[in-house]
Amino acid sequence: MKRSPLELSNTNIQKRHRKARMFRLLCAGVTWLGAALLAILLIQITLDGIKWLDIQFLTSFPSRFPYKAGVKSALVGTLWLITMIAIVSIPIGVATALYLEELSRKGKIAKIVEVNIANLAGVPSIVYGIIGLAIFVRGLGFERSLVSGALTMSLLILPVIIIASREAIKTVPMSIRHAAYALGATKLQTAWAHVLPASFPGILTGVILALSRAIGETAPLIMIGALTYVAFLPEGPMDSFTALPIQIFNWVSRPQQEFHELAAGGIIVLLAVLLTMNATAIYIRQKTEKKLQ
Amino acid sequence: MSEAEEPKHLDMQQVEKIDIRKTRVRWGEFLIESSLGLCAMISIFTTGVIIFILAQESLGFFEAVSPFDFFFGTSWVPLFEPSSYGVLPLLWGTMLITIGAAVFAIPTGLASAIYLSEYASPRMRAIVKPVLEVLAGIPTVVYGYFALTFVTPLLRELVPGLQVFNALSGAIVVGVMILPTIATLSDNALRAVPDSLRQGAYALGATSYEVTTRVVVPAGLSGVMASFLLAISRAIGETMAVTLAAGATPNLSLTFLESIQTMTAYIVQVSMGDTPAGGIAYQTLFAVAGLLFVITLILNIVSQWILSKFREVYE
Repeated sequence: MKRSPLELSNTNIQKRHRKARMFRLLCAGVTWLGAALLAILLIQITLDGIKWLDIQFLTSFPSRFPYKAGVKSALVGTLWLITMIAIVSIPIGVATALYLEELSRKGKIAKIVEVNIANLAGVPSIVYGIIGLAIFVRGLGFERSLVSGALTMSLLILPVIIIASREAIKTVPMSIRHAAYALGATKLQTAWAHVLPASFPGILTGVILALSRAIGETAPLIMIGALTYVAFLPEGPMDSFTALPIQIFNWVSRPQQEFHELAAGGIIVLLAVLLTMNATAIYIRQKTEKKLQ
Repeated sequence: MSEAEEPKHLDMQQVEKIDIRKTRVRWGEFLIESSLGLCAMISIFTTGVIIFILAQESLGFFEAVSPFDFFFGTSWVPLFEPSSYGVLPLLWGTMLITIGAAVFAIPTGLASAIYLSEYASPRMRAIVKPVLEVLAGIPTVVYGYFALTFVTPLLRELVPGLQVFNALSGAIVVGVMILPTIATLSDNALRAVPDSLRQGAYALGATSYEVTTRVVVPAGLSGVMASFLLAISRAIGETMAVTLAAGATPNLSLTFLESIQTMTAYIVQVSMGDTPAGGIAYQTLFAVAGLLFVITLILNIVSQWILSKFREVYE
C-alpha cells in the first residue's frame, strides 16, 4: 500500500515527538538519579553510624577499643581550627574584595590579580597542603600545630572568600555610591559606610560556605601532619591537634567493621556541623532576597 | 562695584587661597587604602610562593633523577631499594580515575543541566538545585567512606575478579563528586541562552529534543565545555576518595578491576609516614605535586580561555 506524502510526514512527526518525550524522560530520570544517590549516601551512613552516636561518643577521646572511642578531641580541634581560619581569612579576603571592587584602578594589574585569584581557586587542595608543609611546618618552624593548619586552610579558602565577596559587592547598586560621592564622601568612606553594609549579607553567606568547605577538607591537614591519635585537648594555637575529617579518615582506613561504623558516626557529626552552617547561609540569603524585593 | 571691592581687600589678607583642583592628601585614608592593597597582593604572593617552592624542590629532585627517567619511566618504586622514579604509573592511575569519572559524570551532568534549564518547573528547580548544592558540599572523605563500604561491596557482587581496592569504585565516586559542578555550571550556561532562539526554533516546527540538541546546547557550548574542563581538573586533584577506594599500588593496569595509585594518593601515602626533610623521598612529593599543579593549571587556563574566547554574546 502506498502512503500519501501527508501520511508519511505525519508518521515522521510522531516519531520526532516520541523522541522528544523519551529525551525529556531520560533527562529527568538522570537528574533524579543524582538526588537518589544523595539519599542512598545519607541513609547508608545513618544506618551504619547511628548506633554509636551518644553522649559517650561525643565526650570520649579516640581509643583502640571501638566501644570506648569518641570524637571529643577531633570535634574540639575542628572548632579551634575553624575559629582561627575565620580570624585569618575573613579580614584579608573581604579587604581584598573591597580593594579590587571599590578602590583599585581597573587597569592591567587589577586584571592580573583577578585571573590569578581564579587560578588559585582551581589549585588542588593537596598542593596547598604541600606548600603548608614546606612553609609553615618546616620553614617557619610552626611544627604540626593548629597555627600551621589554620594558615594552610586560610590560603586554601581565601580565593573562595574573595570571589564570593566580590560578587556580593557587585550587586550593590551604583546609585548608593553616587549618592555618597555627591555628599562629598571619599572613596574609602563610601566603601566602608555604604557599600560594605549593603553587601554584608552576601559576603556573610559566601564566608560561611567557604568556612564549611574548610571544615571538610582532609588532604591539606594530612599533609601538614595533623595527628590521627590525640588523647588531649589543644590548649593554645601552638599545640598539635586532630580534626573530624582526619579522625574519620583514620577510622575508615582500618580494616575492622566496628571502626567503619565509628567513622560513620563521625561523619554524622561532621555533616551535622556542615548542615547547620549551610542552613544558616541559605537562611540569610533568603531573608535578604525578600528584603531586596 | 565699589561695594564689591571693599570686602575683597579684607579677604585677601586673612583667607588663604584654595585651589579646588588640588585635593588635600588624607594620610589616614592613604594608609588604610595601602593596607587593603597589600591584602590584595597576598594572592599574587601566594602564587609566587607556590611556584617557587614547587620549582625549587623539584629542581633538587631532578639533580638526582634525570627528567627523562621521571617522565617516561614505567616503574614507580621511590621508597624501597632498588628505587625507580618513573611517574607514568601514577599519571596513568590519575588518568584512569579521571576518564572513568568523566564517562560517568559528563553525560549525567549535562542531562541534569538540560533538565534543569529546559524542562524543570520552577518548583522542581527549587528542589533539585539545593540537592546538587548539598552533593557538592559533602566532604571528600565521606565519598571515600561511601566508596569503600558501599560501592565496592556492591560492585564485587556484580563484577567477578574485582579487588577490594580498585579503580572502578574510585572512578564512580569521583564521578558523583564532580557531577554537581558540571550540572550547576552547564545549567548556568544553558540558561544564559536567550529565549528568542528557542522560540525561533519552535516556530519552525522543531521538537523540544531538536531545540535542545541543535540550538540551545550549541549556543551555550563554551560554558558547557568550560564546566567539563573545570570538573576534570577537580577530578585530577581529588585526593581522599581515591586514596581510600583505589588503593596504593602504582601500576599501568589497563582494567578498572585492580588496585592503582594516583598522584594525589602517592602524596598522601608518603606524608603519612615520617619522611625526613631534604631526602629524595621528600623531594618526590614536590616533583609529583608540581606535575599535578601544572596539569590542573593548564586545564583551568584553557577553560577560562574558552569562556572568554568563544562566549557568544546575545543582545
